[in-house]
Amino acid sequence: MPTVIVDGQEIEIGADERLNCIEAARRAGKEIPHYCWHPGLSVVASCRMCLIETGSRDAATGKITMVPKLVPGCQTPVKDGTVIVTESQLVKDSRARVEEALLIDHPIDCPICDKAGECLLQDYHFQHGQAERRADLHPFTSRRRDVGPTVTLFVDRCIMCTRCVRFTREVSGTAELMVTSRGAKEEIDVFPGHPLDNKLSGNVVDLCPVGALGDKDFLYQQRVWFMKREANVCGGCSAGCSIHTEHNQDTIYRLKPRENPHVNGWWICDEGRYGWHHVHDPARIVAAGRRALTGGAFTTVEWHDVVGRLRDDLKSAGRLAVAVSPMLTVEEAWMLCAVARSIDPEAFLAVGHVPRQGADETFPGGFTIRGEKCPNRLGVEAVVALFDPAVRSWDDLVTHVRGGKANAVWITAAYPGPWLDEAAAAAFAGLDCLVVQDLFESPLTALATWQLPAAGFAERAGTWVNVAHRAQSFGQAVRPPAGVWPEGRLFWNMLGRRGLYDPDAVRRQVAESSAALVALAGEIPPHGVDLRIAQLA
Amino acid sequence: MTTASQPVLLEAVGVPDGHTIASYRSRGGYAPLEQVLAGKQPADVIEMVKSSGLRGRGGAGFPTGLKWTFLPKDHPGPIYLCINADESEPGTFNNRILMEDDPHQVLEGIILSSYATRASTAYLYLRYEYPQSWHRLQAAIDEAYAAGYLGKNIRGSGFSLDVYLHRGAAAYICGEETGLIESLEGKRAWPRIKPPFPAIEGLFRKPTVVNNIETMACVAQIARRGVDWFKSIGVPADPNNPRDPGSYGPKLYCLSGHVEKPGCYEAPLGITARQLIDGQGGGVWKGRRAKAVIPGGISMGLMTESELDTPLDFAGPGKVGCLGLGTAAVVVIDDQTSIVDFLHNSCRFFAHESCGQCTPCREGTSWSLRMLERIKAGKGRLRDLDLLAEIGGTMGMMPGSTICGLADGAAWPIKNAIKKFRGEFEDYIKRTNPSGWMVTDPVPALQIVGAH
Repeated sequence: MPTVIVDGQEIEIGADERLNCIEAARRAGKEIPHYCWHPGLSVVASCRMCLIETGSRDAATGKITMVPKLVPGCQTPVKDGTVIVTESQLVKDSRARVEEALLIDHPIDCPICDKAGECLLQDYHFQHGQAERRADLHPFTSRRRDVGPTVTLFVDRCIMCTRCVRFTREVSGTAELMVTSRGAKEEIDVFPGHPLDNKLSGNVVDLCPVGALGDKDFLYQQRVWFMKREANVCGGCSAGCSIHTEHNQDTIYRLKPRENPHVNGWWICDEGRYGWHHVHDPARIVAAGRRALTGGAFTTVEWHDVVGRLRDDLKSAGRLAVAVSPMLTVEEAWMLCAVARSIDPEAFLAVGHVPRQGADETFPGGFTIRGEKCPNRLGVEAVVALFDPAVRSWDDLVTHVRGGKANAVWITAAYPGPWLDEAAAAAFAGLDCLVVQDLFESPLTALATWQLPAAGFAERAGTWVNVAHRAQSFGQAVRPPAGVWPEGRLFWNMLGRRGLYDPDAVRRQVAESSAALVALAGEIPPHGVDLRIAQLA
Repeated sequence: MTTASQPVLLEAVGVPDGHTIASYRSRGGYAPLEQVLAGKQPADVIEMVKSSGLRGRGGAGFPTGLKWTFLPKDHPGPIYLCINADESEPGTFNNRILMEDDPHQVLEGIILSSYATRASTAYLYLRYEYPQSWHRLQAAIDEAYAAGYLGKNIRGSGFSLDVYLHRGAAAYICGEETGLIESLEGKRAWPRIKPPFPAIEGLFRKPTVVNNIETMACVAQIARRGVDWFKSIGVPADPNNPRDPGSYGPKLYCLSGHVEKPGCYEAPLGITARQLIDGQGGGVWKGRRAKAVIPGGISMGLMTESELDTPLDFAGPGKVGCLGLGTAAVVVIDDQTSIVDFLHNSCRFFAHESCGQCTPCREGTSWSLRMLERIKAGKGRLRDLDLLAEIGGTMGMMPGSTICGLADGAAWPIKNAIKKFRGEFEDYIKRTNPSGWMVTDPVPALQIVGAH
C-alpha cells in the first residue's frame, strides 16, 4: 500500500487511489485551507491558499528530498513516499499573506453579509490570518449586481476563485458566468442579455466560499448561526438527492445539497432547492374533517376520534380500495397497506398517482433531473408487492372504481401542487366513503367524505427509494402545522401501536417480511444503501 | 569570445526590398531549407539545433533542441508549432525588426523547426500593436506559398506545412507560453498549470512547441552557416557548472533609454552592458552617467552603474541579482532620473498587465502600485519599503506562489530597486513626508461601509 507522510505521520492510501495533497492530508486529520479547489470541478490552483511544502522519501534509503519551493496542494498528486508539510513557518507565512492579499480589496462588511458565519474568508482569517492590517487602503465599495433570476452578485466581496465560472462551464454546461477585466480590477459578470438562468444555478451560491454570490430566495431571511440542519432527501423528483434542510423554529429557510457520491455528487437542482415553499403555504389543509354523504361543510374531528371513526366508516362502507402515494415513505406505505387489509382483507391496493413532467434531463457534468416528480415510486411498489404481487397502478385503481367494484376509497396524495382535474376526479363521485389525504384542497377533496391533512416535505420521517434503487432514511426536520398528524402517526395509531411513531421499528419489520427490502434491516448509512446490491449479496 | 563583425540576423536591414523573397533568396535564403528537405531527417535537424547550443531567445533561455525532444515519440499528431511574436516586454523590439525587415528568415526557421518537430501546422501569434509586421509577415507567407515553401508536399519532400498568422489583442500575458496557447484557443489568456507541459499537452490538447521569433531566425542561420559558426560566437559553457549550457550565437540587443544612439544591435552573447552602451550606443546621453541599467526588459530588474561590466549572456545578469538576460532589452536610466519614478512606472505596468488569476500577483502588483502612488504623493513611510521588499520577495514562480513568471517579473524590479537604491527611497520619503515618514502605527480602523 502506498504510504504518504503528513507532518511526520504516516498514512496508507489505496493502491489505485488518485488523491491530491489536500485529500491525503485530510485522511491524516490535517485540513489544508483552500478556496478555488473543489472536488467536483477542474483544478486551477489560482487562489494559492493551499500552498504547502512537499517532498519525497526514497524507498530504498529512506532519505527525504524536499521541493525547494511551495507547491499548491490541490494540484500535487500524492504517491508512495510523498512527504507533506502543512505547518511549517514558510507555509504559515504564505497563508497569512494570501489572506492579507484577499482582504485588501474586500469590503469586510460581514455585519450585513449573508455568508457571515459560514464564510471561508472569515474562518481562514481567524485560523491563518494576521491581526494587523498593513494595507492602509480604503477603496471599499460594495456593489451589487443582478446576474440572474435566482442569484445576486456582491462584486467586491469576490475573491476570484472562479468556482462559479467553472461550474457553469463544466457542470451545467451553460457558461453564463465569466471573468471580465484584468488584475485587481477583474470581476465576475454575465454576458449582456444572457443572465445566469439555468436549472442548476443555485449551486453557484453553495460553491461560493465567500459572500459574493447571494441566493435571492434566502437573502436577508435568516442568520446562518440561528439555523439547524437536518440530513434529508429531496422529494422533488425520483433522483432523491441528498440534502440538508436548514430551519429554525419549524420554519424552513433553505435547502443545501449534501454530498453523496452515489446520488447527486455535490449538487441539487433549483427545482428541488426552491421546492419547499409549499410547506409553509397558508392554504394547506390543517385539520381532519368529516362530512355527510349529502355534502355540506367539513366538521373538524379530533385526531384521537379520527382513528376509530375512520376505521368504522371504511368498514361499514364495504369493499375498500386504497391509493398508496409515491410521496409516502416505505414505512408509511407499509403501515397504510396493513391498516387497509385489517379493515378489508380483500382491499384493493394500488400505487398512487405518479406525477411526470417531461423527460429526464442530464447535464454535461452528469447531474440528472428526473421527469418522474415523486421520490418513492420504487419503494411504494416494493411495499405494495408484499400485499399484492400484481402491483396495481393509479389507472388500475380508476378502472376498478369506475367498474363499481369499490364502495370506499382512501386516496393518499401529499403532492406539492395540483395533480388532477375535475374530470379525473369525477371517477370517485358517488362512493359511500371517500377519504382524501392531501396537502391542498382539490377537485377530489370536493367529493370527499373525509378530508385529512398530509405531511409536507421535511415533516415526515422514514425511507425513500430513488430511481436507482438506493434507499435513504431521514428524520423529521420540522414539525407540521399545529393540528396536523403526519401520515405515519395516523397509521401507527390505526394499527393500534403504543407510544410515539417509530419509523425505525417499522422499517426493520418491513425488512424482515421482504426479501426485496432486506437491506433495510440494519442502520442506513448517510449515503443510503443500494437495495439491488444487498439482494445480490 | 569572438566579435561578429558583420550582422547576420540583421543582414537585411537597410537592404532595399530586403523583406521580399527575391532579396532573401539572393542572400542565400531557402537554399539550406531545400537541402534539409532533400537529404536530412527531422532527427538530424533536432540534433543540429541541439549541438549548436541554441537557447530560446524569448526570455527564459531554455535550450531549443532539448525542448523539441520533449515531444512524445511516434505521436499520431497533430503536433503544433506556435511562434511567440507577442513581443510586449517593455524595451524590447528585436522581433519587430526581424518581422518587418526580414520575414523570410523567420519563415525559413519556422519551416525548418516544423520539419524537425513534425508539426504540420504553425501558428504565428503576433502582437496587436505591430501593423507593419502584420502586413510584411502576411505578404511573406503568401510569397512562400506561391514559391512552394509552404503548403502540401513542400518541394516534393512529402512534408506539408500551413502557417497561420494570428493577431493578438494586446495583452502582456499572451506572451507567456501557456497564456498564448489559451488565447489561440479563443479563451482568456490565463496561463495554465503545469504539468502537463505544452510539449505533452498544449494547443488544442496536442503536443505543442512554443518558440520565439528570434529563435526561429537563429535556426535558419544555423542551417545556413552551420553549427560550428554558431558555436564560435558567444560564451562557452562554464566547465565548473555542469548545469550551464553556455550562451552561444549572436543576439539582438535592444538599446533604449538615455543613450546617444538607441537601437537594435546585433552582438555576440556575452558583450558587457558597458561595452554595448559605450560602443554601439555611443554612451549615456548628454554626457551624463548611468544610474541604473535594465539588463533585459523591465522584468529582469536593475543593474547599478558599478555592475555594468556584467556580461549580458544567459548567466551574467543573474550573478548581480537580476532575474536573467530576458529579452536582452537594455534600458539606460541616467543619473538625473528618480528611481522612485522608475519603480512607480514599473509597478503601474505590472498592475495593469497581471492577468488576475493568482492571488499573490493580482493583489501584490496592485498593492505595490498603490503604495508607490502614496509615496509619490508625499505620504510615504519607511515601513512601506519593508512591505515592498516583502511583496517583491514572496511573489512569483520561484517562491512558488504563482502559476506563471509574470509575478517574478513584477517582483524583480521592486526587489532590486529597494535593495540597490534603498538610500534614495529613504531620502525621497523623508524629504516629501517630513512629518510622517517615521510612523509605524498600525493602520487605523476602517470606515464603516454603507449599505448597498
